[in-house]
Amino acid sequence: MNRRLIEFGVVLFFASVPFWLGNLYYLHILITTGIFIIAAMSLNLLLGYTGQLSLGHVAFFGIGAYTSALISIGFDLELTDTYTFVFEPKPVWFSFLCGIAFAAICGWLIGKISFKVRGAYFVIVTISFAEVVRLVALNWIDLTEGPMALNNIPPFTLGIPGLWELTFFKKEPNYWLVLALCVVSFVIVRRLVQSRAGRAMIALRENESLATSVGVDVTKYLVLATVISAGMAGAAGGLYTHYIRIVDPDVFLFIYTVTMVIMVITGGKGTLLGPIVGGLIFGILPEALRGLAGPEVQWVIYGILMILVVYFLPGGIVPALSNWWRQREDNQSTSSPGDAAPGTAS
Amino acid sequence: MARKPTQQIVLTVDQLTIRFGGLTAVDSMTFDVHEGEVLSLIGPNGAGKTTAFNAITGYLKPSSGNIAYQGTSLVGLKPNQIAELGVVRTFQKTSVFGGETAFHNVLMGLHRQLKQKPWQIIFGLPSVAAEERAMRNKAREVLEFVGLGARANELGNALPYGEQRLLEVAIALAARPSLLLLDEPVSGMNPSETSSFMKLLGEIRKLGITVLLVEHDMKMVMGVSDRVVVLNYGSIIANGSPAEIQKNPDVIRAYLGERHRKTQAKSKGKKRA
Repeated sequence: MNRRLIEFGVVLFFASVPFWLGNLYYLHILITTGIFIIAAMSLNLLLGYTGQLSLGHVAFFGIGAYTSALISIGFDLELTDTYTFVFEPKPVWFSFLCGIAFAAICGWLIGKISFKVRGAYFVIVTISFAEVVRLVALNWIDLTEGPMALNNIPPFTLGIPGLWELTFFKKEPNYWLVLALCVVSFVIVRRLVQSRAGRAMIALRENESLATSVGVDVTKYLVLATVISAGMAGAAGGLYTHYIRIVDPDVFLFIYTVTMVIMVITGGKGTLLGPIVGGLIFGILPEALRGLAGPEVQWVIYGILMILVVYFLPGGIVPALSNWWRQREDNQSTSSPGDAAPGTAS
Repeated sequence: MARKPTQQIVLTVDQLTIRFGGLTAVDSMTFDVHEGEVLSLIGPNGAGKTTAFNAITGYLKPSSGNIAYQGTSLVGLKPNQIAELGVVRTFQKTSVFGGETAFHNVLMGLHRQLKQKPWQIIFGLPSVAAEERAMRNKAREVLEFVGLGARANELGNALPYGEQRLLEVAIALAARPSLLLLDEPVSGMNPSETSSFMKLLGEIRKLGITVLLVEHDMKMVMGVSDRVVVLNYGSIIANGSPAEIQKNPDVIRAYLGERHRKTQAKSKGKKRA
């Protein structure tokens, strides 16, 4: 009960930010940070819970972004000399869902291909997949405009067509939309990891042969994790594309995957709050450092920060804080060992 | 003390042969397990006991021969499919989910008993929450059953060795086996832990679970088994009740060598005289 109240308060606090922040540029930073947090949460499902590192996670993000953009602005493809396939523009909510679905399908394919081999092979398959997708986006100019980028992507709209409509040109509605999807993603991941499916994923990470000995179908749950993770990353990509309203092949850059990995690991992989804490830090830090250091120096600073976190807080920031908190509580109430409700660890 | 074993055969191992390259680890092994009994598989190190376990539970593919559980062939099935049939094992090398609490270890073992589907989980249906509550109670019951009730919130890694072995059994029991394969469950336990484990094994039998046991502790094997199968160099050299096995000359030779058998015979003769 108490816990619910705290969660509600936190969401309310973040929802109130546009009213008192008073600086649209800062709000923009928070929106992009939120989008990255969704992507980091999706990566955490794979890296943190099943223990598989996807180093091509940005591919799902980019696929979501491109799919949603193309379906919302429409496209035509010259299939033969005489026949051209024309795709009419569709509403943004529909294109957004298509982006999620297509990213999830790609996730399913990757899962099916690579989970026979696991570990390092999964890393290689995902990296190669991201690079292939980037090259397609760069060179299939008829469809994607290649390096010229897709422009004039429509923003999100809300309402009943014909009666009342709100188009998300301003930052505030976009911020709330991103916040809402952050909450939805968080709830989905939490429900998953505290269920049969999530325990199966954790069981695989902890001890695969023991997991199979009690009847866990390894491949099934790894594929499930990839599908959901890819779908969430696709949703983040869709948010990005309709907020920024331009998308080019640079969304597939390796550096974005690395950013997600850094967010997850510093925050605490395999914890629910880790990607949020890590995401906030590494989303806001570049802006905080902007006046002090150039981009190259910033990357050096991230590197050092990351090494320090991994060295001093091996599990990440969130597990370190919760351990500290638990110890403090233990010291305060030495009378009886409190029955810390199992399974509620964040 | 326990339910009487029936003559109903549940597991059939027929002409099982497993080769690793040129080495024949298990050679035409044939034996049956009867419903409700405790059958022990013993033999010197390297006799092929664990290899046979791995083949029965799907971790190894037999080179030839057949294994059937209640009429279903297990050859070619994956370990998780075999577990679905009710054949659950523990491992010789202590094997728990180290980074999780004892309570969560058992919850993971309950996997097979849960019905919730991924989409039901994502939409947070009330049936999922109800099932989770029921399973949490069940997990506590299983921990109590093996005597780890007080350790529920300790991490698997942090438990003392003997308790990790108990946790392993708890995880396997959570998967609701009808045939439980225990691979050296008391190795590394002290004598008092071993004797309480023997009591636990009696309780497990009362649940109607058939047990196939691999063990080196002869006091335990002779104390709990209905029948004993002796392996040496991959082949079965004896099969019978504990009393028969103890008298079997081939078994004594395999364990202690030819000379010892003679000296034993002499000393017995002296005693009589």
